[in-house]
Amino acid sequence: MSAPGIDPLVRAPVAAADMLIRDARVLDPRAGHDARHDVLVRGGEIAQIGEAGGIEAPAGAEIVEARGRNLFPAFVDPHVHLRTPGQEYKEDLETGTRAAAAGGFCCVVAMPNTDPVVDSASVLRSLRDAAARDARVPVGFMPAITKGLGGLELTEMAELRAGGALGFTDDGRPVVSAGMLRRALQYQRLCGGVLALHEEDPALSAGGAMHEGRVSALLGVAGIPSISESSMVARDAEIAGYEDGRVHMQHLSCVASVDAVAAAKAAGWKVTAEASPHHLCLTEEAVRGLDTRMKMNPPLRTETDRQALIDGLRSGIIDCVATDHAPHARDEKEVPFEQAPMGTTGLETSFAVLHTELVLPGVLDLATLVERMTSGAALLDLPTPRILPGEPANLCLVDPAAEWVVGEDGYESRSENCSFAGRTLRGRVLLTIAAGAVAYRERGFAVSAAPEPEGAGA
Amino acid sequence: MNHLLSIEDLDRHAIERICDRAASFAEAQERDIKKVPALRGRTVLNLFYEASTRTRSSFELAAKRLSADVVSFVASGSSVEKGESLKDTVLTLSAHRPDAIVIRCPWAGAPALLPRWTDAAIVNAGDGKHEHPTQALLDVYTLRRRLGSLSGANIWIVGDVLHSRVARSNILAFRAMGAKVTLAGPPTLMPRDVQEAFGVEVRTTLDDLREADVVYALRMQHERMQEAYVPSLREYASVYQIDGRRLGPRQLLMHPGPVNRGVELSGDVVDSPQSLILEQVAAGVVVRMAVLYEVLASARTGEPAPEPQTA
Repeated sequence: MSAPGIDPLVRAPVAAADMLIRDARVLDPRAGHDARHDVLVRGGEIAQIGEAGGIEAPAGAEIVEARGRNLFPAFVDPHVHLRTPGQEYKEDLETGTRAAAAGGFCCVVAMPNTDPVVDSASVLRSLRDAAARDARVPVGFMPAITKGLGGLELTEMAELRAGGALGFTDDGRPVVSAGMLRRALQYQRLCGGVLALHEEDPALSAGGAMHEGRVSALLGVAGIPSISESSMVARDAEIAGYEDGRVHMQHLSCVASVDAVAAAKAAGWKVTAEASPHHLCLTEEAVRGLDTRMKMNPPLRTETDRQALIDGLRSGIIDCVATDHAPHARDEKEVPFEQAPMGTTGLETSFAVLHTELVLPGVLDLATLVERMTSGAALLDLPTPRILPGEPANLCLVDPAAEWVVGEDGYESRSENCSFAGRTLRGRVLLTIAAGAVAYRERGFAVSAAPEPEGAGA
Repeated sequence: MNHLLSIEDLDRHAIERICDRAASFAEAQERDIKKVPALRGRTVLNLFYEASTRTRSSFELAAKRLSADVVSFVASGSSVEKGESLKDTVLTLSAHRPDAIVIRCPWAGAPALLPRWTDAAIVNAGDGKHEHPTQALLDVYTLRRRLGSLSGANIWIVGDVLHSRVARSNILAFRAMGAKVTLAGPPTLMPRDVQEAFGVEVRTTLDDLREADVVYALRMQHERMQEAYVPSLREYASVYQIDGRRLGPRQLLMHPGPVNRGVELSGDVVDSPQSLILEQVAAGVVVRMAVLYEVLASARTGEPAPEPQTA
C-alpha cells in the first residue's frame, strides 16, 4: 500500500498569517541558518528571508519586532496524550493543542489509549472530524497495534492507514508477545506506518511505581527495574531487524536501552528512539518526597541513566525529543503515590526545560536541541518544518532570556500535573505559527500592523 | 514536633527526648491509677485502613491513659469501601475537629498528605512498606533500657526486609542512635541497592550472626511463598530461623510481633530470657503516650513540649 491518500494531519480552519518578523536570530540547522534576519510570511508561507531590517512590511501585514529573540522552526511532538475520546476531563483536542501551541509546537501526534481505544476506522474518523473542529495546531493520530490494546489481535491496520493513521502504537502498554509484534511487523509491509513501542516487560515491572534502586529501597515502594525496559528494547529491535520492519522506541529511560538502540542502528536496523524532557532533566531523587507529579512510566531513573540519555540525544542515537504529555485531573493525582496514575504534562514546558537544564549550562547546543525537537516529523514520514522560502510557515519565536515560573500563571492544558511545576525556567515561547496560521501569542506580547498605504481601498 | 511522619525527620536528640518522656510515663504506669490528665479534653482519632489489633489498641490505650477522648475509624466496611478517596475521608473526619489523627494505611507517604486537608497533628502508624516510626521508637526505648546506650551496638535485622516498614524505620532509628546495622535475609527479599540507601551491611546467611549484640527478627508472611520469593517455609526456617542453636547466650532477641513460632523464631528462643518481645509490647503504650503528648502539647507552639504533670 502506498502513502495514505488523505492528509494524516488535521486541524480547525484558520486564517493564513501575513507577518513580518523583524531582526530575529533565525536558527534552523537544517536550512543552514544561524544569523539575524527578517522573515516575511505571506498567505501562510515563508515568502522571503532577508537581511535584518532589510524587508519592507507589505500593506496589512503584522510586524513583529524580534530583536534579541530566536526564531526556530516550530517543534514536532510525536508522542502526546490528548485524552479524547472519553477522558475529556483530563484534556481535549482544544486544550491539548492550545498547550502544544504555547510550547512552540506546530504538530503533535496523539496516542490511542483513550476510551474507546482508537483501534477502528470509525473511531479514527470521528476523532479526525473532532480535530477538524477543535485542534489549534495540526494533529496526527496513531491508532492501536492490537485491538483494545489487548495484545492479542491486530487492528485493521490497512483500513486505518487509508483513513489517515500516521503509524501504530499500543502506547501505555507493551506488545508483550514477541510473536504478535512479529506479525504486526510483517503486516507493516502491506500498510506501512511506523510501529511506536512502549517497551516494558510486565513480568519484571508489575506492581512497581518508581525506579527500582536506592530511592525505592529507602521508601519501600515497589520498583520498576530498568531491565524491564531495556530487555524489551533489545528484543524488539532484533525482531524488527529480522523482519526488516520499522520501529520507534518510545520514551527511553535507561543506559541499557540507549545501548540497545545504538547496537540496533549499528546493525543497520530501522530503529529510531525518543526521550522525554523529564527523563533528560530529572532523576529518582525527585521522587524522594513521593510527589505524584513525579510518577510516570517509565519512571525517573538514576543520574547515570540521565547522562546516557543526554549523550544519546547529543549523538543522535536518540533521534528526537517527545514530551509524552500525559494530563491527569487534580483529583486523580491528589492521592497517595502508589495509587496515583502515571504521567506528567510536558507540552508547555519542554523547550524551556531543556533550554534551561541542558543548553544554558553548555551540555547541549541550541542548534542540536532545535534539531531534536523537530526531527520527530521525519520519523513519522511528515514534512520537517524548515525556515526556507516557499515552505509553509511553521515558526516559533522565543525570548531566550525571559524567566518564568512553571504554573504561576496557570496552564493552557486542562490539567496541572507538571513535574516541573514551581521551577524557574529561562526561555519563553512568544509566538507560534503552525502550518501557516498563528496558533499562539504570549499574553502581552505586542505586535503592530504595518500602516495601510495611503489611498489604498477599504 | 507537629507530626510524626517518618523517623527520617528525627535526629538522635529528638528520639532521646521521646524515650525520656516515655520513661517518665512508665513510672506512672506502675501506680494503681495509671491515667494522667495531660491531654484532657483533646480528641485522638485512629484512622486504620489495615487490620491491626495490636497497634490500634496500643494507640487507644496510650490516648486513654493521657485522658484524651479516642475515636477509632476502621476503614473496612465503611465509606472507603464505597469508593471515598483518602482526601474526602480525611476532610469528613476532620469536620469533627480531632486534635490528632493516627493513621495506618497500605500506601507509602499517605500520612504526609494529611496536613493538606486537616489541622490535626498526624501520627504515622505504618504506611505501606515505607515506615512504622512508633515501632522504631519503642524498639529504641526497649533497647536503651536494656543496654543503656545503642552507641556501637551491633544490630542484625533478619528476614523479609523488602516488604517491611518496621525494617526501614528501625534501620534509620538504630543508626541515628549510633548503632551498626546489618541486614540478613533471602536475596529475593532484600531491596536492590539497600546498602547504598541506608549505609548498612547485607548478608545472605546467618553464618556470622554471632557478631550481633541484638538480633531483630522480622515476621515472615505466608503470602511470600505463593509469590515465589522463597520456595517453602521449611527451607526459609532451615536457613533463617533464629533458634537456640544460632542465638548466642549473650545476644538479645527482638521481634515486632505477631510471631510465627517455628518459622522466623523457634519456640524456645521466644520464651527465653534473652527475648525482649513482651517488653517491646509494654513499651508500645508508653512510647505512644510520649508521641501523642509530643505532637499535641507542642503542635501549636512549635516549642518542645513542656514536662507533663504525671503526679
